[in-house]
Amino acid sequence: MKILVCISNVPDTTTKITFTDNNTQFNTSGVQFILNPYDEIALARALELTDGGKGTVTVIHVGEASADATIRKALAIGATDAVRINAQPSDAWFVASQIAAYIKDNPFDLILTGRESIDYNGSKVAAMLGELLDIPSVSIIKKLDTDGSSVTVEREIEGGKEILTIPLPIVAGTAEGVAEPKIPNMRGIMSARTKPLNVIEPAEVKTFSEIISYEIPAPRGQVKLVAADDTAKLVELLHEEARVI
Amino acid sequence: MSVLIYTENAEGKFKKSAFEAVSYARAVADQNNTDLIAISIGDVGDDELKALGKYGANKVLNVSAEKLKNFVNQAYASVIAGAAKKENADIVILSNSFSGRGLAPRVAVKLGAGIAEGVVALPEQDGDKLTVKKNAFSGKAFAQVQLSSPIKVISLTPNSYKVEERGVTPSLEEFSAEVGENDLKAVIKEIVRSTDKISLPDAEIVVSAGRGLKGPENWGMIEELADLLGAALACSKPVSDNGWRPHSEHVGQTGIAVSPNLYIAIGISGAIQHLAGVSSSKVIVVINKDADAPFFKVADYGIVGDAFEVVPQLIKAVKEYKASA
Repeated sequence: MKILVCISNVPDTTTKITFTDNNTQFNTSGVQFILNPYDEIALARALELTDGGKGTVTVIHVGEASADATIRKALAIGATDAVRINAQPSDAWFVASQIAAYIKDNPFDLILTGRESIDYNGSKVAAMLGELLDIPSVSIIKKLDTDGSSVTVEREIEGGKEILTIPLPIVAGTAEGVAEPKIPNMRGIMSARTKPLNVIEPAEVKTFSEIISYEIPAPRGQVKLVAADDTAKLVELLHEEARVI
Repeated sequence: MSVLIYTENAEGKFKKSAFEAVSYARAVADQNNTDLIAISIGDVGDDELKALGKYGANKVLNVSAEKLKNFVNQAYASVIAGAAKKENADIVILSNSFSGRGLAPRVAVKLGAGIAEGVVALPEQDGDKLTVKKNAFSGKAFAQVQLSSPIKVISLTPNSYKVEERGVTPSLEEFSAEVGENDLKAVIKEIVRSTDKISLPDAEIVVSAGRGLKGPENWGMIEELADLLGAALACSKPVSDNGWRPHSEHVGQTGIAVSPNLYIAIGISGAIQHLAGVSSSKVIVVINKDADAPFFKVADYGIVGDAFEVVPQLIKAVKEYKASA
């Protein structure tokens, strides 16, 4: 089985987000970039499914050379090889179009993404890839099993879950529950240095969306403290002042 | 031109998020001085369909084909794109629900449309350009996204736009769309709904607890408080990582982002990753025994005290309030 895992390079979850150039650019100064946590789950599941010589796992990233450390981390965790499409990932449509173009020349049985990247939270690439390749896609899955010709997935719905079986190939966006992230061992880290990382040039793609500015949520006022033995006061404030109960 | 809104149902009923999306779409249609057309797919009764007029839909397209009874994103995308073409829609709006996330991008690709997902406010329109505010960096920021394609797709974050009643009497129309076999490859084996519980993304009130609860055996009082308030349950990452509560309750940067009217955090210190997922809550209450817990800095109301003493008292106070109300 050939699995492709699409990975993003995102600010570490502890990052304090700030902007520059009159709030038009994300300030990357001093920011540590990591493998997107949901993509880490996708990679872990891909490695479980191919464990024991049952297949290969390729990771693909659309981005510039600054992401190579994150790609090497994915190789250290256990991916067979890696592809980087050398372009600024301007929006989800651009990224999905690049990856779809690659897949059309290099078919895979199963294509995994994280449910979303923790920077732009679009949750779009999985479904866009499905549409571009004209194959099924499931956007937020919590379980994934395969018999080699089809997959059974558990999809999250509001207040419940849905279980689907879908013939391969498909695109699936993974969430917590699919697998536990894997930590690279020393052998993995050593071998990652020599595993193939193929850099390819992007296809020409016209985009229709652009982020023109950012803002930080307005800070809340000073917290109003209520004495621990006066919970009735809290209920009164929530009812009469905040009007939320 | 027109605005098309897809209204998602669960077992034949529209949820509040669907009515929010219709209200939002009505306001967008008003900006363009045009009609709002709703499309519903599945087994939904006429009275329920007509209810969409209450929030401003002029016409409701009903797709009731048996093979489309259950949600399959690939097939539903074909239907919605087909309706958008038939109705000459230049703005297509959906709810950014779990299903909406798998659907809206496919609709956008079919229509060659730019997409803004997870939006939280009405757009500004200037000629062919539409600019709209969306969540970014997992709740740590907002981004203004500009779409420049002739057709635009927008998905609305649940609980970010108020339901508005307009009292339009809509016309109902059956709509049958071309759906090929290729669109129906995914087969739904089972749908499990815990109907007795309020789902977290839809909830107006959320009661959330963290490591301060010390163990899963102590969740009884949290559940009791949530039941009393008609709230959904949530938890912090360490709690779901330890297996005390299911992953589906994990709120935060790598879990679910919520924006309820009231978020009550009990025994959660307020790590930056957790705060990211709750920062768009309208009112935040924090109960924590550590007065220096970072969560107090972003809270509206707080109680410094031991959860095991404060929560039972709060339950009592809520009961008294409900008895007197």
